[in-house]
Amino acid sequence: MSNKLKVSLSPHVHSGDSVRRNMDWVVVALLPAMLWSFYVFGLGAVIVTATSVASCIFFEWAINKFILRNSRTTISDGSAIVTGLLLAFNLPSNLPLYIIIIGALVAMGIGKMPFGGLGNNIFNPALVGRVFLLISFPVKMTTWPVPHQMTAYADAVTAATPLADLQQAGLGDLFFGNVGGSLGEVSVLLLLVGFVILLVAKVISWHIPVSILCSAFVFSVIFYVLQGKMPFADICLLSLKHLCAGGMMLGAIFMATDYVTSPMTHKGMVIYGLCIGFLVVCIRLFGSYPEGMSFAILIMNGFTPLINNACKPNRFAKEVKK
Amino acid sequence: MKTFRIGGVHPKENKLSAGKKIEVMDLPKQAVFPLSQHIGAPAVPCVAKGDLVKVGTKIADAGGFVSSPIFSSVSGKVAKIDAVIDASGYRKPAIIIDVEGDEWEPTIDRSTTLVHDTPLEPKEIVAKIQASGIVGMGGACFPTHVKLSPRTPVDVIIINAVECEPYLTADHSLMMEKAEEILIGVNLIMKATGVKKAYIAIENNKPDAIALMQEKAKGFAGIEVCPLRVRYPQGGEKQLIDAVVGRQVPNPPGLPADVGAIVQNVGTAFAIYEAVMKNKPLFERVVTVTGKGVAEPKNLLTRMGTPMSLLIEKAGGMPEDTGKVIGGGPMMGKALLNADVPVCKGSSGILLMTEKESLRGEEQPCIRCAKCVSACPMGLEPYLLQKLSEHAEWGRAEAEQIMTCIECGCCQFTCPANRPLLDWIRMGKGTVGGIIRARAAK
Repeated sequence: MSNKLKVSLSPHVHSGDSVRRNMDWVVVALLPAMLWSFYVFGLGAVIVTATSVASCIFFEWAINKFILRNSRTTISDGSAIVTGLLLAFNLPSNLPLYIIIIGALVAMGIGKMPFGGLGNNIFNPALVGRVFLLISFPVKMTTWPVPHQMTAYADAVTAATPLADLQQAGLGDLFFGNVGGSLGEVSVLLLLVGFVILLVAKVISWHIPVSILCSAFVFSVIFYVLQGKMPFADICLLSLKHLCAGGMMLGAIFMATDYVTSPMTHKGMVIYGLCIGFLVVCIRLFGSYPEGMSFAILIMNGFTPLINNACKPNRFAKEVKK
Repeated sequence: MKTFRIGGVHPKENKLSAGKKIEVMDLPKQAVFPLSQHIGAPAVPCVAKGDLVKVGTKIADAGGFVSSPIFSSVSGKVAKIDAVIDASGYRKPAIIIDVEGDEWEPTIDRSTTLVHDTPLEPKEIVAKIQASGIVGMGGACFPTHVKLSPRTPVDVIIINAVECEPYLTADHSLMMEKAEEILIGVNLIMKATGVKKAYIAIENNKPDAIALMQEKAKGFAGIEVCPLRVRYPQGGEKQLIDAVVGRQVPNPPGLPADVGAIVQNVGTAFAIYEAVMKNKPLFERVVTVTGKGVAEPKNLLTRMGTPMSLLIEKAGGMPEDTGKVIGGGPMMGKALLNADVPVCKGSSGILLMTEKESLRGEEQPCIRCAKCVSACPMGLEPYLLQKLSEHAEWGRAEAEQIMTCIECGCCQFTCPANRPLLDWIRMGKGTVGGIIRARAAK
């Protein structure tokens, strides 16, 4: 008996947390918005989601098996499913299948696996895929089906993003998701439900989403005031609409909080969030794209290593007065 | 409710032996006394093979100021002085005594009557503590008289009754049965150091102990019970001082005395009472024997030198599927090479883990979730220190303050990717410490 004892260094217990558990909770948190998109956009949303998830899993598996020749598959950690879901959330529900597959290939084949797979990529893979598609297929990527028309997948009636004419869009429609847009970004309410799920399951902390939203609101108010064309109450309403329109919520809650590509300390997270908020407002108001969330996040992904070097945690006994 | 400010985790408490009375452990046939049961120089034997000893006879002198004498816990004949494997896993010199009968030194007061006052002066109290072989009984085993001779003025004593390690209940059971003795011991510490204020820090998962100590402390001026929120590693000296009085001890070579505090374990306070008031040197202590597979988890008043295997038998024997035997708690305890190592001054518990519990999860790549950064009670970045150690970047590791790591294990406990963070950081600390010493020697 005694010669079979295991010997290892402490600690001898573990919290039971796992990569898989975190990924599973992200999927759970995405579910409300996903089901809503199925309801609003019908069969198209189901097809887009299924294609995106399946092709992300396939490409991760294939790259592992045939190019990297890893003996161990990494599919089981669940990260490819999350990437697939997030990519789908960023696509219009009537996108042709081959475009989705190209997006998944870029996400996994350029965004993730070349860096060494999970944990090593610099940029958020789903956003890499999305931005590639946005630049390659600008028209198809920016015309969205009008909600609540359960027509066939291919010939849906489409409309431009509400961001193109935000003053006409109703705040309530934006909040509850009765607008056109990419699959997962339409219902602010259900994305917030997902945020609460992530917080309760302790998957993410509040720092990044809250600082993005605060900063985007504040900078948008500042810029509109500087333009001086509207009364202050309208400016505040318009800024609120900015928070609820386009990919703002989806980006702030699910994309910018991606573990791998966001800073490690709470201080760093706040700086990262504030910068994203600033950039997204700049792109929306002064850029040639109506939407800027993907670009803002990707730009700040690039700054994450610098933020990590600059922002150290509060060390114990740093501010001791002698 | 108070707690420390940075990091921390909350492991499952699993206090299986809570509320169990302290039982007296049977005498062993042979007792083993390692000469190095404390931090500092090993003790020097003052008995030879064949000498007869009684319970409480000094068998080894302190090897210096930062060292401590060792007393026999049994009566009998010195069999040999030989190297044995102790709880550290290394073969170290030890005095081995064959037990015959149970004859005590006549100077020891074996009655249970409380003694409240002593004519001894502060310096004499410290000398008595030094001569009685008392060391910190929470596990670190730092000689107590050294801590009671601080280099800077001290204004507060903190008694560590936190017992933040899961499973362990030795301190808890001691408080429930020896509350007044402990309080007199605290009074002695206050008198020895000339300090007017003492806090007894207890986590609020022990409400019975908090209530009892509060009740008994009414009769003692300047002693206050300080309930704390349950949080690991609150029993760490630096975390405890931060939690109770909100002062942060500076990094090494900073000491608690630099912020005016002295921390003593509650078991040490009891040992001080017995040494000063009852003339009884340190040779027995309460040991928790516990684990999910253990038939009857127990708190056992054990003579030092008793092989741990006997305590395990007393608690119902070693279960068939035991995978690991740990000396101490699951967060900072040491996995033992075998169950025959002797109980020492710092042995607070014996934890048996089942085969399944003793396996680590499969290591996965770091997903940079930053949970280790949030959990680190020293405000370090464990993921970074691990990488720097792995890539032998010792200069950067030193700049990132690897030497301030207290090895509490919060990072590895919390890591979703099951990474052996602390294994690497320990290796890095060893190497960086060597580099720093070599630089200082130049």
